[in-house]
Order: sequence, then C-alpha cells, then structure tokens
Amino acid sequence: MSTTDRVIPDRLRSPFEQRLKSWETLLLFVAIGIFVANSFASPYFLNAWNLSDATFNFTEKAMIAFAMALLIISGEIDLSVASIIALASTAMGAAVQMGVGTPGLVLTGLGVGLICGAFNGVLVTRLGLPSIVVTIGTMSLFRGISYIVLGDQAFRGYPASFSWFGQGYVWWVISFEFVLFAVIALIYAVLLHKTNFGRAVYAIGNNATGAMFSGIRVQRVRFILFLLTGLMSGVAAICLTARLGSTRPSIATGWELEIVTMVVLGGVSILGGSGTIVGVVIAAFVMGLVTFGLGLLNVPGIVMSIVIGALLIGVIALPRLWAMWRAG
Amino acid sequence: MLKQSDTIMPSERATAEPAVLALSGITKTFPGVKALSEVSLNLIPGKVTALIGENGAGKSTVVKILTGIYQPDGGDILVNGVPTAFPVPQAAADNGVTAIHQETVLFDELSVAENIFLGHAPRGAFGLIDRKAMTRKAGEILDGIGAGIDPGHKLRDLGIANKHLVAIARALSIDARVVIMDEPTAALSHKEIEELYELVESLRAQGKAILFISHKFDEIFRIADNYTVFRDGQLIGDGAVSDVTEADLVKMMVGRDVSQIFPKRTPDPGDEVLKVAGYSHPTEFEDIGFTLRRGEILGFYGLVGAGRSEFMQALFGITRPSAGTVEVAGTPVQIRSAADAVGNGIVYVPEDRGRQGAILDLPIFQNVTLPSLGRISGKGFLKLAEEFRLAREYTERLDLRAASLDTHVGNLSGGNQQKVVIAKWLATRPKVIILDEPTKGVDIGSKAAVHEFTAELAAQGLAVIMVSSEIPEVLGMSDRVIVMREGRMVAELAGDDLQPETLVRHAAGI
Repeated sequence: MSTTDRVIPDRLRSPFEQRLKSWETLLLFVAIGIFVANSFASPYFLNAWNLSDATFNFTEKAMIAFAMALLIISGEIDLSVASIIALASTAMGAAVQMGVGTPGLVLTGLGVGLICGAFNGVLVTRLGLPSIVVTIGTMSLFRGISYIVLGDQAFRGYPASFSWFGQGYVWWVISFEFVLFAVIALIYAVLLHKTNFGRAVYAIGNNATGAMFSGIRVQRVRFILFLLTGLMSGVAAICLTARLGSTRPSIATGWELEIVTMVVLGGVSILGGSGTIVGVVIAAFVMGLVTFGLGLLNVPGIVMSIVIGALLIGVIALPRLWAMWRAG
Repeated sequence: MLKQSDTIMPSERATAEPAVLALSGITKTFPGVKALSEVSLNLIPGKVTALIGENGAGKSTVVKILTGIYQPDGGDILVNGVPTAFPVPQAAADNGVTAIHQETVLFDELSVAENIFLGHAPRGAFGLIDRKAMTRKAGEILDGIGAGIDPGHKLRDLGIANKHLVAIARALSIDARVVIMDEPTAALSHKEIEELYELVESLRAQGKAILFISHKFDEIFRIADNYTVFRDGQLIGDGAVSDVTEADLVKMMVGRDVSQIFPKRTPDPGDEVLKVAGYSHPTEFEDIGFTLRRGEILGFYGLVGAGRSEFMQALFGITRPSAGTVEVAGTPVQIRSAADAVGNGIVYVPEDRGRQGAILDLPIFQNVTLPSLGRISGKGFLKLAEEFRLAREYTERLDLRAASLDTHVGNLSGGNQQKVVIAKWLATRPKVIILDEPTKGVDIGSKAAVHEFTAELAAQGLAVIMVSSEIPEVLGMSDRVIVMREGRMVAELAGDDLQPETLVRHAAGI
C-alpha cells in the first residue's frame, strides 16, 4: 500500500444541490400550490387577519412536533403528548382555583410537562421498555388523572395576563404564539443541525448500538429527548389553555396523531435516522393551510381529517410512484 | 489498469465437463460502476470451485445474480446448458441453487427445524405443517452432516458455528444441486473449520456443484478443485487448483506481487499504560489480568466462544464486570460505559463492523468525528470545516478509498469500512486500541495494509491488543500472546513459545 497523492473530496454534490433535490423542496411546492389554490377557492383567504387566524391551527401542535421530530429521528416516539397537555392544563386550572398568579401558572404548566416527560424517559431508558408501549400507557394515565379531577366540569377564571399567551399580538397581525413558534423552530433547527447533541440524535437513530460503541451516552440523550417533548407539551398546554380560557379533560384530544402526521409529512423517517426541522416547519404550514382553506369552504371536520390523511399518504407515495414510473 | 497480457482467457479445460450451472458473458452495471464485465463461471457437479478476488472484485454481485437477487444487464445464466432467467430468488431456488451467506440469514426466534424447513415444510392434514415429520426430517439431515443439534431448540440458543450448520442443513433440505458458500469459515474455530471441510467433501461426493468463496488460500488449496479469479469485475483466470501455486493466485487477484510476510518490527516497549487485574464476569470470563506497555502488541488467541470478545467489551465498558480493577498509566479508573473507556484512552474496534463498529447510513466524516466531537466543536456547536479536516487527516493516513468524505460508510467495501472505524478511534488520540478480529472479511490487499498500520501504530507508542482467530496473524503480529479457553486465561506466551502447535494445544486444552 503506497501512499498516493490522491485526495478524497469532501463532497461530490454541493449542499445546495442536495437541498434542491430534497423532500423539503417538494413539500415547499406543495405548500405553495395549496396557498394558490386556497386564494382562488375563497375570496376571504387573502386577508392578513384571516391568515393570522389560520396560524393558530398549527402553532401549538408544531411546538410539540419539533421535539417529537428529534425523538422520532432518534428512533423513539411519544404518544402521550396530548395527554400531557390535558394534565398540565388541569394542573394550571387547579392552581387558578388556589389563587396562583400568571407566573405560577406558567411554571406549573412547564413543570408538569417536564415531570411527565421524565416519567416517560425513566420508563424507557431505565427499564428498557419500548417507548411506543410506555407512551400508549401514559397516554391513558395522564388524561385519566384529568378526568378524575374534573369529571364533566371545567376550570375557568384564568387571569387576563395569562390569556395573552394564547390571544395576544406582538405587532399588528403577528400573534405571540406565532412568534413563539418561530423562535422554537429556530432553537430546534440549531439544536438538531448545528450541535453535537443533534449529531448524536442522528447517530442513535441510525444505529443505536453503533452509537453506544462510539462512546455516545445513548440513554442520556434519549432521556433528554423525552424531557424536551414533555416540556414542549407543557408550553403548548399554556398557549392552548390561554387561548381557550378554560380546561376540560378532553382538551387536545387526538393531537398526538396529528403531531406525528406533521412530523412524518415533514420528511422525518418513522423508522428513525433522518429528517429536518425545515421539513416539519413546512409540513406545519401545509397542514394549517389545508385545514384553514377547507374551513373557509365550510367543509366539516370529519372531511378535513380525511383530506389530511389522504394528503399524508399522497405526499409520501408520490416520490415512490415517481421512482417506480421512471424505472418502468 | 488491466493489461491485456495478464488476462488469461477461459480455458477449454474448464468447459470440458458439463456445467450444471454456468454464467456466460455476464455484465452488470450499477450507476457509475461496472460491477461485472462479461464474466464467465462454470459450476460442475462433484467439484468445488473457488471464487477468488479482492473485495469489490464482483464476487458478491455474482452470488446475487446466481441467486436471483440481481438481474444481469447482459449475458446468460445457463442451467445444464439452457439459458434460464432467475427473475426472483425463488426461481434460483427452484433450479436447485442455494446460498449460505457470510452472515447467515436465519430466524432466532424459530426452532432449528422451522429454520431448516421455512417455506417448504412437510404438510399434513388440511395443509397444516406436519411438525412431527418436520422434526424427524430435520434430525435426519443434521445427523447426516454430523451435527449434534436438537431440531427442537430455538435457534438463538445456538452458537455461531452451529447456526452455520443449520444454514447448511437448510441448503440440503431443498435438495440443492448447486451450493454457494460465501466465506463460510469466517466465523468458525479451527476444529469447526475441519468439520466444515469434511462436510464440503461429503457434499462433493454426493455430486453437488459447490461455489466456495474465500479469502484464505490454505483452505482453497485444501478444499477446491477449480478456481476462478475476478479482479475489478473481470474474469482474470480459471482452471484447476492443482495447476497453480498460491503466488500465482495472489498475483492474479491483486495484479501485483504482495508479500505475505508480516511487517518487521523492532519491539521497544515503553511505560506501562494498562494494568488489568482480576476481571471477572458472572458467566463469560473469570480472573483476567495482564499488563500492557506503550508500543506493545498483545495478542489474544482462543477458539470462538473462549470469552475474548466478551472480555474486551467489558474492558470497553459495554458490559459490567462483576469484579476486577483497571489502571491506565498507573491511575485506577472506573469504566462504566464506552464513553468512560474512550475518555480514559481505551478504544475498541469491534468484530461486528456493520452493527457495532460503524454507522453505515451516516457519511464517512460523521463516523470519524463522532467520538471526537467534544474536542473539535465549539462549546457543543459543530464546526463542519474542522470535522472535514480531522476526517481527512486520519482517513488519508489509512489510505482510505472512497468517492468523497460525504459517502455513506455502507457503500464502502469491508476493508475500507474497517479503515473508517480505525480512523474514528485514532482521531481520539487513544492510549490503548483493542482490535477484535481486525481482518475478518477483509481482502488480502487491505489485510496487509491493516497489519502494516497496526505495526506502525505500535511503533508510534500506542499499546495494541489484537484479538484474532487466525494463527499466522496472531503469531506474525504479536509480541506476547494470551490464550483463553472457556473464559479463563490458560497461557501467556512470548519469544520461542510462540509456536502454532503451542497455541492450538493451549486453546483446545490438550
């Protein structure tokens, strides 16, 4: 083996070229297409305030979807997120009855989220249980507690300063929730794509054994990811509770599947190992635009979920069909 | 690269006997690569044909074409002289072609009998599986190959050698006319290899055509009747093994002369870097203790299942020992995880490259920098330029062959994957490197490179532990050799005691 002057290039294709041929680009065109279709379908669509309202369809879900994206890339899943919202919201409602002020309510929401995430994380990383089983269990457990506390009652009486988290506007039509969504998206994009932690997430998702044999503290990373998902559920619980102004135990029912749909639509492999935050951001807009556009056309909710489901299958099947067609 | 003069055209001799299965002018192209270029291969009943070539020569592609996994772009597959297509793997099986793969595809949770008869189990009333008949037939086949395996056992309870026997039994159960063995001895111990040879001989006596893929020349000369050499997707030569020497085959294979001699070293052991005492595990090993100096290569020899890898993985923090202490450079350390081991300068190149050593779906540079990110990043933030610099520095030292540093490791040959794993660890600037079967499944050219590099590392002051089941390798490379048997150290040999017979005697407990 003689040493040669042969040099291995860093890359064959530029990052720009890779990005151009990516899932995210395809999805962006889908989003633009839906936007254009919507503006033709309804005269009320191209209105700043209507569009601003439309963002509430996805901001809270997307906050959780970013954390969920990391979790799914690492090869795990958390199906208890919507139930964490219910439990966190119930805890905040109970705190209101005890006269706790807005800062205390926020801490309560975040704290409950973290505790729930830690509970999931301990069961998965310490006991080695599969996360899908653990979180199906805690999905019933967390919401069950809300039902026991509330029955068919509701907590109300949230202070006006608290409502601002769900109803406030930072500037003109830009809501606080939308700004929070953008900031969280940025934080998660940096965390996943620009840090050692993010690299470890990809490594674990591709080959957890290989990652462990490379000196990555796999269980620690997994535990942190469950904590983050719990925390983001707490954040979403604050926004949603503030927006609705009340807590019922049925709050955010079915959101876990919508959030997983958003993540998968964003190009995150359900088997783990690949995906980007940009993809999830675009997927959030796609789902928000579809829901809002159909809402303007007075399409009932059941039909909307059919459309979202068809969209998910369609967008995922499209590249596969394209490849099959080209292969003859 | 290939000169016309060193191409030997397929001889008349090889085609004189009727082949039960033959390839004629087969070409296969993948995007950007011509994997096979008009190659021919003849498999004759009652003959063992050795397929020889470096990694990337096209051997695996041929196996996949013969078993219906790939379709050739040109040329014919001839079954008894008749052109036949194998559009799906089942078509190859229907024509009596069966393959026993390097990493056998079997099902751990099924019983031995179920594994043997999966897909073609004997049927009883209502078309249900006749379990009694299946177990009885499986027992007959296993007895026929001299394997004392209970057909009712779950496969996961068997060792790797017995799993291979089950794979062979499976091949026999479908009444194969052509048996393809892809490096069948790679994971076997000395005694098991002998048993496999006997088995191959009995298959030959039954008139089966056998394609035997191997990197080991001693076994080619021991077992094969004919040879076929591929290089860079082309047929370089074929004929009877009795007409050629090892040097001829090596020359055809690599296209140049390669010394089979291990690198000359002048061992100059420095300070003690590692001291292990009383290392024990409840089931795998007991009371392992030794010291290791800078610049030293310590060999670990033993049969498969002697507990060598299990001990190394405990030393690397993957499993917890029940007792024992480790000192690195005179300081006692606690190793509770692989991260602890890496932090203390102990790194491990595992035997199972695909699962443990590398992350195949990540690019080369990300594999190389993974354990070093803490050092080369800025407060936890990635520095891409620095990553490429580090990856380039270490992969070039190892003479890695790759299209780019952005290429996924899974697209590299076995030898180059191994270089990525070694580069990954060298980039952490370790004190002790543990190499577990470093040349398993690696072709002869890369093998020499790994040996040379290992010697160079030792010369630069790294302490090396080399686990190997290949006697020439362990003797050729090591300054000292520890022999393990059934989880215990049974001998520590150095100097004139380093003889093949001595090693085998201690390992087998004779």
